[in-house]
Amino acid sequence: MEATSHRFKDNVHEALGDANLQASLAKIRSGFVPKRAAAAAALPEFETLRDQARDIKNHVLGHLDIYLERFAEAVEARGGKVHWAETAADARRIILDLARAGNARTITKSKSMVTEEIALNDALEKAGIEPIETDLGEYIIQLAKEPPSHIIAPAIHKTKEQVAELFLRHHGRYGKTERLTEPTDMVREAREVLRQKYLDADVGITGANFLVAETGSIILVTNEGNADLTLSLPKRHIVLAGIEKLVPTLEDASTMLRVLARSATGQEFSSYTTLVTGPKREGDLDGPEEFHVVLLDNGRSGMVGTEFQDMLRCIRCGACMNHCPVYGTVGGHAYGWVYPGPMGAVLTPALIGVEEAGHLPNASTFCGRCEQVCPVRIPLPRMMRAWRTREFERHLSPASQRWGLGVWAWFAKRPRAYRLVARTAAALLGRMGRSQGRLKRLPLAGGWTRVRDMPAPEGRSFVAAWKADGRPTEAPGAATARRHRGSAKEQGR
Amino acid sequence: MNTPTETAGKPARARAPATVGLFATCLVDLFRPSVGFATAKLLEEAGCRVVVPDSQTCCGQPAFNSGDRADARAIAREVIATFEPFDYVVVPSGSCGGMISHHYPELLRDDPDWGPRARRLAAKTYELMAFLVDVRGLEGVKAKLDATVTYHDSCSGLRELGVKAQPRKLLGTVEGLTLNELPGAEECCGFGGTFCVKYPEISGRMVSNKVADIRATNADLLLAGDMGCLLNMAGRLKREGSTIQVRHVAEVLADMTDTAAIGDTAAGAGRR
Repeated sequence: MEATSHRFKDNVHEALGDANLQASLAKIRSGFVPKRAAAAAALPEFETLRDQARDIKNHVLGHLDIYLERFAEAVEARGGKVHWAETAADARRIILDLARAGNARTITKSKSMVTEEIALNDALEKAGIEPIETDLGEYIIQLAKEPPSHIIAPAIHKTKEQVAELFLRHHGRYGKTERLTEPTDMVREAREVLRQKYLDADVGITGANFLVAETGSIILVTNEGNADLTLSLPKRHIVLAGIEKLVPTLEDASTMLRVLARSATGQEFSSYTTLVTGPKREGDLDGPEEFHVVLLDNGRSGMVGTEFQDMLRCIRCGACMNHCPVYGTVGGHAYGWVYPGPMGAVLTPALIGVEEAGHLPNASTFCGRCEQVCPVRIPLPRMMRAWRTREFERHLSPASQRWGLGVWAWFAKRPRAYRLVARTAAALLGRMGRSQGRLKRLPLAGGWTRVRDMPAPEGRSFVAAWKADGRPTEAPGAATARRHRGSAKEQGR
Repeated sequence: MNTPTETAGKPARARAPATVGLFATCLVDLFRPSVGFATAKLLEEAGCRVVVPDSQTCCGQPAFNSGDRADARAIAREVIATFEPFDYVVVPSGSCGGMISHHYPELLRDDPDWGPRARRLAAKTYELMAFLVDVRGLEGVKAKLDATVTYHDSCSGLRELGVKAQPRKLLGTVEGLTLNELPGAEECCGFGGTFCVKYPEISGRMVSNKVADIRATNADLLLAGDMGCLLNMAGRLKREGSTIQVRHVAEVLADMTDTAAIGDTAAGAGRR
């Protein structure tokens, strides 16, 4: 999809004015957040599992080459085929070639956020092949011709009335002409429409939640069962997955699965957890005749060994965005690319460039709630800060900010000058705001005073007032300092 | 951070006196000296000798969070040199406290001289509420306030320093005070340091939502432990014409609520 991350502020403005979106975002706060909290509280070993999940992913990332080879060997030993895609364009070309070789006219798809990353649907349509999204949320946004706004609930920005309208507009050709009001009826109608699509499809494309190196299996987690139909009915199954999705063993995969659904939707497990190992074997009644796995790099290996390596632990549960106050205020489309919220704020600059996506790591208050809930303990604020450092070092941050910061830092490094200015500023602002206790407008602080008053200073600086009272401002004697240094050393600090 | 023996729960007067360097934070220094005096009073009541070094400026967070590592390091070195002679450093702000105790060691990690000094300072730096309860073993305060209050958990104090139970424990001992818990007390108010200036639209919506929650509690008084959040929420409450007063939690615990609340004038003070 085309990135609009550089237009972040415009996107935000639009999102804040969209009443339907704001109503939809409230659902996250009242839904996903308490559900995750309850699921975590119900499992005493949840925190331990998070540590284990983090360690498993760290181990894989430390030996990525070995596990990739092992996975590829295991897939091929079971009759599958592995394809290596260094870039999004490579992945599109490989998948198009496979689709054409299978004479595909329609392709069903499931669990495929990474296909959004490589803009696969556009490529398929241009080649005359119809892609059909089968996850309900993806199906809805495909009808609306919109990108996803959340990685596990791509249509969360839509109200049920908007969905009803979309179905009314698009389902007439299947003989469905009634305006629906109940979500259960909408699900049933989508199911009926999609049923025939599964049977007609020549190729099924899925993503993968995990790739298991020891067995060459892929694991798919859904609540709708649509991945199972997508992969088992057509003759060809193509899997597209990022190289970071690897886990060493089935045992490791089960640990990851225990934190995934709990973090995402607050479920113990999702309704369907499907392991797929190779194509249909002799004597099997069902399953695809061909099984292809396309392993996508697209900038991921470039993150290994850098300060952004930890981001590759991400298992795409969406907990960070569900708990992010900024995501909760502006929604996913504002982020302007496939991956929104805190994980997107780190991943998007890595994949499409910090020049394009520089706003995203800046648009955070560093409240830390994302890191608090991340099942694999990704230090998201630390990595957003690392992007800001890169931007600062490369002079990408706005000149006005750099200038303001420079002036402030000059004083902060010079206590005498700072004290003088602090004292003057406190007195001046205190006098300006004395009549009301607050300032309605403040020069150079329009961003602040547009929506809130500026409480006025009391009129004197604390340090100056303390000193004027004759209270102590000198560090204790050298003896105290020596005693402390001694004790600190003994404690091994 | 502190060793178990330090938090054995002995009453404060039974402890050896400690000399505390009070790091007032730039916002307290400039906007709200009364928080500095309230902090000093609480520390003295907990048996500490309080010193306010006059060479303090700011913790360097704006530079650090804007990616300006060089200035952040230079400021960190200033702060370390100023405060390392003290037994403890206490900060009436989770955000600045977290900067010193978490981010200084990271910032100066590779510096053979300043790295160890940053780690030593980090180990003896505390947010005010955590220091009073966890280190000094304070069980309660002598303060009186007839008010219904609500409390906002500022993000850095909450998540970097684990400040949650301590202020509530002490507020529970203020005579006449009722605490109505704030729904979403752990959700960010939208201040975020430079965030509120860089993304005023998002910040504005966040603080509006926060203030709606605050108003729904029917409290007379909003408390928190961080001046940034307090200025933000007070600024929005006042813009909406609300009469809810806003104060730093230290002012209430130190029984120093005769001054005008944040964003009010002495004449305009007075509860609903």
